[in-house]
Amino acid sequence: MTVMQGTEWKVIAFRLKDEEYALPVQYVRSIEKIQHITRVPRTAHYVKGVINLRGVVTPIIDLRERFGFPSVPYSEQTRIIIVSIEDMEVGLIVDAANDVLDIPASSVEPPPEAIGAVEVDYIHGVAKVGRRLLILLNLEKVLEK
Amino acid sequence: MDMSQYLEVFIDESKEHLQAINEQLLELEKAPENMEIVNEIFRSAHTLKGMSATMGFEDLANLTHQMENVLDGIRNHKISVTSEILDVVFQAVDHLEAMIMSIAAGGDGKRDVKEVVEQLKRIEQGEVPASLAEQSSNTSSVPLAQTYGEFEHNVLQQAKEQGFSVYEIRVKLRADCLLKSARVYMIFEALNEAGEVIKSTPPVEMLEEEQFDQEFLLAVVTKQSAEQLYERLMKVSEVEEVDVVPLDMDKQKETGVAQAAHEAALEQQAATVQEKREKTPEKNTVVKQTAAANKTIRVNIERLDILMNLFEELVIDRGRLEQIARELNHPELNETVERMSRISSDLQTIILNMRMVPVETVFNRFPRMVRQLARELGKKVNLEIIGAETELDRTVIDEIGDPLVHLLRNAIDHGIETPDVRRASGKPEEGTVKLKAYHSGNHVFIEIEDDGAGIRREKVLQKALDRGIISQQGIANLTDKQVYELIFAPGFSTADHISDISGRGVGLDVVKSTIESLGGTVTVDSEEGKGSIFSIQLPLTLSIISVLLVEIQQEKYAIPLSSIIETAIIKKEDILHAYNQQVIDFRGKVVPLVFLKDIFEVPAAAEEEEAISVVIVRKGEKMAGLVVDSFIGQQEVVLKSLGNYLTSVFAISGATILGDGQVALIIDCNALIK
Repeated sequence: MTVMQGTEWKVIAFRLKDEEYALPVQYVRSIEKIQHITRVPRTAHYVKGVINLRGVVTPIIDLRERFGFPSVPYSEQTRIIIVSIEDMEVGLIVDAANDVLDIPASSVEPPPEAIGAVEVDYIHGVAKVGRRLLILLNLEKVLEK
Repeated sequence: MDMSQYLEVFIDESKEHLQAINEQLLELEKAPENMEIVNEIFRSAHTLKGMSATMGFEDLANLTHQMENVLDGIRNHKISVTSEILDVVFQAVDHLEAMIMSIAAGGDGKRDVKEVVEQLKRIEQGEVPASLAEQSSNTSSVPLAQTYGEFEHNVLQQAKEQGFSVYEIRVKLRADCLLKSARVYMIFEALNEAGEVIKSTPPVEMLEEEQFDQEFLLAVVTKQSAEQLYERLMKVSEVEEVDVVPLDMDKQKETGVAQAAHEAALEQQAATVQEKREKTPEKNTVVKQTAAANKTIRVNIERLDILMNLFEELVIDRGRLEQIARELNHPELNETVERMSRISSDLQTIILNMRMVPVETVFNRFPRMVRQLARELGKKVNLEIIGAETELDRTVIDEIGDPLVHLLRNAIDHGIETPDVRRASGKPEEGTVKLKAYHSGNHVFIEIEDDGAGIRREKVLQKALDRGIISQQGIANLTDKQVYELIFAPGFSTADHISDISGRGVGLDVVKSTIESLGGTVTVDSEEGKGSIFSIQLPLTLSIISVLLVEIQQEKYAIPLSSIIETAIIKKEDILHAYNQQVIDFRGKVVPLVFLKDIFEVPAAAEEEEAISVVIVRKGEKMAGLVVDSFIGQQEVVLKSLGNYLTSVFAISGATILGDGQVALIIDCNALIK
């Protein structure tokens, strides 16, 4: 049995470009397949629009564009991760959602000066799980305007 | 025991009881001799006392108790009702309200009420010095057989002579009953509807504190039969056994051990029996009303919103099912889908109705406010409320309170004159303020009418000039109505001096903008010397609006019908140019065109047409023509917000979900008209 008292974090791992990222599971409401997005005019370029999430109008952010990565056409793998933080509910478009895993808190290190292409601001830390390197996102910063 | 789960219910009910007390006290002031009203107040106060004692709020219970004593004095004609006494009682009610608020805010409901208690005591003693001795209560344990004191015996005897039956009831609660005090309360309620509980063993206090095992005895005076009582009680949940036995008075007399029972309580009951004898038809209706009002449950509005969201999804899927059924053309499937459609439209009506609340919930705090205001200002005001049962969406109800308070204060402060002025101008001393609500079409109207001084055209114009709201040239052609509208302008206040009541710098402009933000309008009409009338028009609900769906390239947008004047197809060559802008001549008026395609940066597949589709919208007096690609049609849609992430998107006021499950944005026309 897993002891969950701050020593282990349960995270959702997802892929963006060729790197693996992770978000604490308590932020994640659901994971959806890509669906029709209604464009909302005159918003930031990374705001793709809004979707109908079971009757609730939910804004969608393309994480690739948020981080300034080149955009690719959506595929069968593309997912929308619905996250909720404070009183906001937002969907994040990612290349693929991989799995849920536990990472020991001790394996999380502060972000090194240069890691991948994502600005250090958005990163909470980096965790090494076996041979995988997971970049833990700082959701508050990502959703900041 | 953990009471927290009942706290919410307690708070809500306490508020209701306080409201009832407030209302009845006002009635009492008008008719000080009407003991029915005192009884009503007494009943509310008594319930409040019982509930707060059960919940462990001692201060609340004590103050209510003291208030009860005064009411009791009034009821027994030991104290006569005067405005001064009522002021103290009102003060006590204010304290009670403050305590409830404190409890609701997570506090302990403690409050320094010594002064009021002292005052109440003085009132009580000043007129009835003897009554205090009667209050000592006996809480020692009593064997589970009822004995009746001399006094009780007399009461029972009297009741019997008047054709009431007396029953002794043994109630046994289930062993696993969790909330005994609540059940006791329900049992008492049930019995009080049928008659009057004269005595209980163990005493009420102990029952309320759950100091009993599973059984208790009650003596009841009623006109109902034993069977009826039995049925009533068995309806209360967690009651295991009920025994109703007619009470043999003579036998009782012999075994009756004179017991020092709490006489104060008994006196009340004696009085109630008295009152039963004089039973009036009004009394009956009052009781029935309360019974009907009790058959409600409270649901968090958020849950209703979720229910509505889910229901809409169901409607979308229903649409798909209908489509599939048509394609497959399978008779049984068709039939089922048809049934489902019918049921779901019934459901929709019900869900929408659940959100409707009578405006009464807002109106019922006004009588008290008006009384206080009138007293402060030394004016005599009679508030008439008409149509309090008119229903409005809960979201509108929440917002409408403050503007109404403002308008009422305004009517009393500026409208109604002081009694001597009124007399001098040949009006009755007492001014009348009418608050009226009614439905008409898809709107609710609320009117505030006073028979006061009215609005003086000259004074308004002078003020408007002073404040620079209007220029000297502008004055000449204004109609009276246009002049009155000036009082809604920002920075306008006609009060000669700043009083405590209005003229705090927050003017009618705030009222106007609040109402407009609700999608409503406010207008005023007045006749000098006769009075003024403010009328507010509000949409029935904020969540459903009528829109015109339009298409711009591949995208669909919704334009609220409330801001549309009309739609038109205009030939390209009819577009004119003026001030660097494309305009059209619309019924003799120059209307600027707004190309939504450009404003909304719609990805365009360039395709020029001979004619353009224009939606003419307005904001106040100004107009604009929104250029779209095509009209889809009119529809009722459910208004939704874009969420907290996307705040203040330019020219978009919200979104809605269309029949195909896709989101369409709702255009905020006000932002597009300069």
